[in-house]
Amino acid sequence: MALKNNVPEGDLAEKWTKYKSTMNLVAPNNKRRIEIIVVGTGLAGASAAATLGELGYQVKCFTFHDSPRRAHSIAAQGGINAAKNYQNDGDSVYRLFYDTIKGGDYRSREANVHRLAEVSTDIIDQCVAQGVPFAREYGGLLANRSFGGVQVSRTFYARGQTGQQLLIGAYQALSRQIARGSVTMYNRHEMLDLVKVDGKARGIITRNLLNGKIERHAAHCVVLATGGYGNVFYLSTNAMASNVTAAWRSVKKGALMANPCYTQIHPTCIPVSGEYQSKLTLMSESLRNDGRVWVPKSVADAEAIQRGEKTGLDIPEEDRDYYLERRYPAFGNLVPRDVASRAAKVACDEGKGVSKTGLAVFLDFASAIQRYGKAEALIQGINNPSSKQITELGEKVVEKKYGNLFQMYEKITGENPYKLPMKIYPAVHYTMGGVWVDYNLETNVPGLFALGEANFSDHGANRLGASALMQGLADGYFVIPYTIGQFLSNEIRTPSISPETPEFAKAEKEVNERIQRVLAVKGNQSVESFHRRLGKIVWEYCGMARNAEGLDKGRKMIRELREEFYKDVFVPGTNEEYNPELEKALRVADFLELGELMMVDAKNREESCGGHFREEHKSEEGEAKRNDADYTYVAAWEWDDFEPILHKEDLEFKNVELKTRSYK
Amino acid sequence: MKLTLKIWRQKNQNAKGSIESYQVEADEHMSFLEMLDVLNEQLISEKKEPVAFAHDCREGICGTCNLVINGKPHGPQTGTTTCQLHMRAFKDGDTIFIEPFRAKAFPIIKDLVVDRSSFDRIIQSGGYVSVNTGQAQDGNAIPIEGDVAAKAFDSATCIGCGACVAACPNGSAMLFTSAKVQHLGLLPQGKVEHETRVQKMVAQMDKEGFGMCSNVGACEAECPKEISIENIASMNMSFLGSVLTKED
Repeated sequence: MALKNNVPEGDLAEKWTKYKSTMNLVAPNNKRRIEIIVVGTGLAGASAAATLGELGYQVKCFTFHDSPRRAHSIAAQGGINAAKNYQNDGDSVYRLFYDTIKGGDYRSREANVHRLAEVSTDIIDQCVAQGVPFAREYGGLLANRSFGGVQVSRTFYARGQTGQQLLIGAYQALSRQIARGSVTMYNRHEMLDLVKVDGKARGIITRNLLNGKIERHAAHCVVLATGGYGNVFYLSTNAMASNVTAAWRSVKKGALMANPCYTQIHPTCIPVSGEYQSKLTLMSESLRNDGRVWVPKSVADAEAIQRGEKTGLDIPEEDRDYYLERRYPAFGNLVPRDVASRAAKVACDEGKGVSKTGLAVFLDFASAIQRYGKAEALIQGINNPSSKQITELGEKVVEKKYGNLFQMYEKITGENPYKLPMKIYPAVHYTMGGVWVDYNLETNVPGLFALGEANFSDHGANRLGASALMQGLADGYFVIPYTIGQFLSNEIRTPSISPETPEFAKAEKEVNERIQRVLAVKGNQSVESFHRRLGKIVWEYCGMARNAEGLDKGRKMIRELREEFYKDVFVPGTNEEYNPELEKALRVADFLELGELMMVDAKNREESCGGHFREEHKSEEGEAKRNDADYTYVAAWEWDDFEPILHKEDLEFKNVELKTRSYK
Repeated sequence: MKLTLKIWRQKNQNAKGSIESYQVEADEHMSFLEMLDVLNEQLISEKKEPVAFAHDCREGICGTCNLVINGKPHGPQTGTTTCQLHMRAFKDGDTIFIEPFRAKAFPIIKDLVVDRSSFDRIIQSGGYVSVNTGQAQDGNAIPIEGDVAAKAFDSATCIGCGACVAACPNGSAMLFTSAKVQHLGLLPQGKVEHETRVQKMVAQMDKEGFGMCSNVGACEAECPKEISIENIASMNMSFLGSVLTKED
């Protein structure tokens, strides 16, 4: 299969503008007759559904949540990037483009990333107009802060709840269209299959989670905005119900899964506390603006901390290793996520971890509190402030900036982060891989589109902080409303799609069979226990560091686990009722297949890039070593239960030079 | 720690529910929902039906979790959602009562899970700024005073969980509705539609069967985001003003 990325001709900076003004349009009278299914109501899905509704299409929007407002975009903390250059610090569309390409370790598509940087500025304007309460300076203008991997301040934020505020904005826009009747909303409906008619995506099969009713929904095309697959690891910062099913079912109907091994391990999460743990909580990357990461220089000190005999406060300054500042002086604590996570792993592997489990490093705000305290004393005109006064003033400044994060940390750990340094450890947070799409965000299945985290297109092998919100909203507000016309302009003569066809009947039958299959096992182990075991395998062999032997072993273990699942899983209850265990079982069944594909992809990629670190491929200093000659391509996989089939899209870099990524 | 749980079980909306007793062993570092996970694993291993409860993000922001714990929505700690509550807030040997958020406008679906779609319909009735994608001016075109922006933000932190309704003896949704009215009404972008918005949202709230506000203040006390009851006072003023000045 030849993968056509459909990137338009012309200069990089002009591609999108030219393409937009010459692409095919659908006239208003035709839009009214055309139906679009949007699956998912996170930033990408809600913004797409709202905007397509505003344009006059008939939109049917689906979420498995009880309300569109609950999608997991809501939990994003830190911010959203945009090349506004309000800070006059040298930012530009090109710089945002360049930072994103470099941050992604040269494994993303130039044209898509440039378009993302171009529309980033419109997103901020749109959100402000919707009433999103971004942080502001004293003069009433929008405030910015810095995130990892960049040297400008281009991140817009709303305290530590940026995702919530942006999602509420999109949810409100969506609600307005629901009220106008241009969007029909289906809450508590989970997509369980894609329906193709004559090769085109024409509908989905859903399960009504309240009563188990299997339903057919038809449309002229289908848009997936169903998020990432980080929950394959069981423990992640994703919400409990986040899953890969909609995307994976599309893959099983012929879509391709691109770069599934590119997963982002976020460096600053609250460490695991015990076996019962159900999820991990992120501490926003924005904390690295002011927090300093360190471990004790000596293993003996670390061990004393692990045994609970010492705390971070007992280690004098000269015995601390601020390893990010030492190893990467140019970016210091604000190196990109993949680099920071690996460095934490190295420190803990050396035995210098600072929690009971030995799997944690410190994130310390003591120097920031002192620095801010002194500055604040000056502002307030306090001469010769006492050290107590400085600390108090400094704590107030830190509270204003990060108060809700500190509070969240204290609730979870029971420790006061103003007094004791925070303990953090990397955790699975985001997946750069996803369904393969072309420049129009259309998959290789005509009429099937994928937006936001569900697609693979913009972040390469590593995503920069505050870029997920940007991409979700870019895709939904400013890309798909245009590019969907390229497909739909050829469908204006297609009458309303009927769900009463053999294709729909067959898909519905298959869904029913899948449900009955898991219910019929009646074994002895819970769905949760299988999910936990799967997560451990993927974390162990396809986590922060991977090697060929481990990947082979991991693949085999997942295969065996999948067999065991269908022999011994126990799913209580029936299909015809509200049954959360059945929902989980269907999701875990799909994770069991995806997990295997991740191992296959990671094994195939004989290089280290971004979040994919192969132990066989590193420099003498232990940094990731790419192999541009052989692996400058997107690995797009066609699922085959025996042996997945690899399709390659070569990545062409005409505007940036491929360099070894350095943050030193 | 050994705990006795008294949990509301109800097969479906129409069935009669009752309190059932369970024993569970928990760890003080567990979250409250992880403790319920342990109970469910136990029930599943005994081939019994697990307790249905709503949850998703487990970090206090999605607004899905909704338990009344020992008579209090989201449990004993202030400013905390159920999912952020940890077992260190309880003692070994405690008996804990767990019930769903109860209100006429929140019918029970199963056990501890309720239907809060009435909140969505309140937002649909007018809880937005009417701006289509692409119509916006530059984000810095209208400066907004820091204090005003902060106040709007405080109202905007509502997570739509419904604790205010569950806490209110009248089952009123005034805190939820007024938080949205204030969030948008304080900002210049939302001011234009303020008067029509407040009328439409209040009308929808009444239509959904939420009760009247009688200034009890329980909503503010139980709100996990600590949203101020001042929102209600401001909305009442806006509503009155809009009725007096706006022709129908």
